[in-house]
Amino acid sequence: MSMASIDAGAARPFDSFVPQIYRVEQVCRELSDTVTLDLAPVSGPRPSFEPGQFNMLYVFGVGEVAISISGGRDGAALVHTVRDVGAVSGAIAKLTPGATIGVRGPYGTGWPVKAAEGSDIVIVAGGLGLAPLRPAIYEIFANRRRYGRVVVLFGSRNPNDMLFRHEIEQWRARLDVDIEVTVDHADADWRGNVGVVPKLIPRAPFDPHDTVALICGPEVMMRFTVSALRDAGVAAESIYVSMERNMKCAIGLCGHCQFGPTFVCKDGPVMRYDRIAHISAMREI
Amino acid sequence: MKNDGVKNLEQILQEHPFFAGAPVEEVKLIAGCARNHLFQAGEYLFREGGPADEFFLIRHGRVALEIAAPGRPPAVLETLGVGEFVGASWLIPPYRWSLDARAVELTRATGIDAVCLRGKCEADHDLGYAMMKRFLPALVKRLHTTRLQVLDVYGKH
Amino acid sequence: MATVSRGAVQTLLDVLAAARYQVIGPVMRDGAIVYEPVSHISDLPIGWTDRQEPGRYRLERRDDEALFGFTVGPQAWKRFLHPPAETLWTMRRGEDGVTIESPTDAAPRFAFIGVRACELHAIAIQDRVLAAGPYADVAYAARRRGAFIVAVNCGQAGATCFCVSMQTGPKADCGFDLALTELIDGDGQEYRHEFLVEVGSARGADVLEQIPHRAASDADMTAAATVVKRTTSQMGRHLETAGLKELLQENLDHPRWDDVAERCLTCGNCTMVCPTCFCTTVEDHSDLTGTSATRQRKWDSCFTMDFSFIHGGSVRKSARARYRQWMTHKLSTWIDQFGTSGCVGCGRCITWCPVGIDITVEAAAIRANPQPQPGRSHEE
Repeated sequence: MSMASIDAGAARPFDSFVPQIYRVEQVCRELSDTVTLDLAPVSGPRPSFEPGQFNMLYVFGVGEVAISISGGRDGAALVHTVRDVGAVSGAIAKLTPGATIGVRGPYGTGWPVKAAEGSDIVIVAGGLGLAPLRPAIYEIFANRRRYGRVVVLFGSRNPNDMLFRHEIEQWRARLDVDIEVTVDHADADWRGNVGVVPKLIPRAPFDPHDTVALICGPEVMMRFTVSALRDAGVAAESIYVSMERNMKCAIGLCGHCQFGPTFVCKDGPVMRYDRIAHISAMREI
Repeated sequence: MKNDGVKNLEQILQEHPFFAGAPVEEVKLIAGCARNHLFQAGEYLFREGGPADEFFLIRHGRVALEIAAPGRPPAVLETLGVGEFVGASWLIPPYRWSLDARAVELTRATGIDAVCLRGKCEADHDLGYAMMKRFLPALVKRLHTTRLQVLDVYGKH
Repeated sequence: MATVSRGAVQTLLDVLAAARYQVIGPVMRDGAIVYEPVSHISDLPIGWTDRQEPGRYRLERRDDEALFGFTVGPQAWKRFLHPPAETLWTMRRGEDGVTIESPTDAAPRFAFIGVRACELHAIAIQDRVLAAGPYADVAYAARRRGAFIVAVNCGQAGATCFCVSMQTGPKADCGFDLALTELIDGDGQEYRHEFLVEVGSARGADVLEQIPHRAASDADMTAAATVVKRTTSQMGRHLETAGLKELLQENLDHPRWDDVAERCLTCGNCTMVCPTCFCTTVEDHSDLTGTSATRQRKWDSCFTMDFSFIHGGSVRKSARARYRQWMTHKLSTWIDQFGTSGCVGCGRCITWCPVGIDITVEAAAIRANPQPQPGRSHEE
């Protein structure tokens, strides 16, 4: 309990509460309510990051929101895909090229892309959940020979609300990856699968005893996907989910993002399922 | 429609995921009611309101369960694929289909004559019970996934 | 160890003020003992004590003139080290781009007079939360380094105190610059009012040098030990901590949470008075012209509806969930996160709860009748 534990030398050289100023370089409208922004720092290089990490994005005078990085590590820009669901995300979704935006990060834990080498990989994305997984997909594709089977399962609301649709079609053209998509609702013009994404798991070609599963999407979808993977024989220690909770500081000091004994900002957002299995189905945790 | 020898059908049924682990005698009895089908893309396996005389086990392809409404394309409620069964209304009176089932792509399916099978189940309650035990979990699972669809998890709240 | 007279305490205040510390100590105001700037020992609540019960706090006159004859009031030292409101930065937008400035005022140097053992532990706990992680609160660390701490060993325990259960007192054992034990006894010719002084740091030793003192006698030290022993025996509450972390995390569906939810107003008083509660929120403000924006950090409470808000709604809507979050964090998940309990047994949450909810009673109720939630179906 000595005061020697307070050592300013241990603190970061910059103040972690202060955003770095970035400029919006490019805006791509993905869906009616979702955009992808390419952000470049006004000065200095952009920081390195792990797939699965997030930044706090700040709009002048409006506020900050946690958004996962959705693009690759090549290039000078930070890529974020944002859906308009509130005041800040709505303001971000309206930014135009040239606008300034504040960025704090990257924060949090990333997908175990490196640790999963040698295993099969099953990536299960639901809706906007494909965005935080996309950087992991890029990494895996770039190092394809380090993995066994690679399976990507993607569920959307309907065929018109399919994020990164053109990219998925390109991925599908690869001969070394299995991609299946499904939608919750469709009409007869849609010739693909209709049904929830866990339904795709029994038929997916992976070895449950040597697989790492990465899941991201609405919490209900993740929960039932985990259940289907467990039914298929995948161990809880091989399953990773990306959790989301209210964030204010994103650096473990404000207490908001607690999820049981974890802080989503520093023990997550990517969490190994066995560590949170006991609280994953509890209400209001 | 091909009509394979009964022995071939036994093998086909035994290997179908729906009958995984089923005792040989049970499969033999059911094979007696079975025949193979080939549906072209767009062909209907059955139509809403029609008699539920035959249900299907998909061997290859994809089948959409859909409901038609005037003025718009039919809504697809679910698609079913390899290993899944199509049609449950054959189990309950008045034995009428409640949905359309359409082959989305070329589909091979084993059809099981419901009248034949219902008769055999009435005569042999052990067989009847075994069929119920096989169908009910699959139906409950389907109800569960349908409920998840209804939740509309990707929608805005 | 040294012994100083009552008058020397005034000298202590003077020495600290002369060294440019903002001297903060206990004063009586609005019927409570709170922490405010002091310059004279007459500012202290001389001869007053507090009577605390669940949901009740009253000041009463003592029959002596003790300077520190009370326990703890509604405020904790966190209001100085981790202030209720703070500007983090100001952003300005002009023709030549956007600039950001953080406040550049030098960190204040506080001297805290009368810090209790439980409060020393609370400060150490907040040190671990705010300044020991990979992202430290630099401003907190600066205020902390600059703070001179004069601890006081409690001469009596309150009815809601349970520092003995939490092993945080009543004796201050480290984390202070100086620690005083008030010794009042005898009457008439025999009356004495002195303080045993224990030095806890080089800084403390320097200050002691500037105050008239004598070497403590064996009698002085025995008297001080007796004070501590008496206080130890007076604890008003007990909390059984053995296995408490697991007990609470295994009983998240216990009916007791429904029971407390019927009483809890979710007013958040407990979080305001608790010396370890650290949660904050941020507020973004901009001026009407849109050329400048500030971000303020403010105390927050897990009892507010907004605390756990994500798109779609708050994760913890019910009072049941919010009370459960507070109590399981304080007594259980805090240990997973920071290696110690979050509770120091000061009893403030019990005293200042308007409906008198008692954290020791709630924990005991669950312990008396555990109803662990079933494991998940795939749990191995």
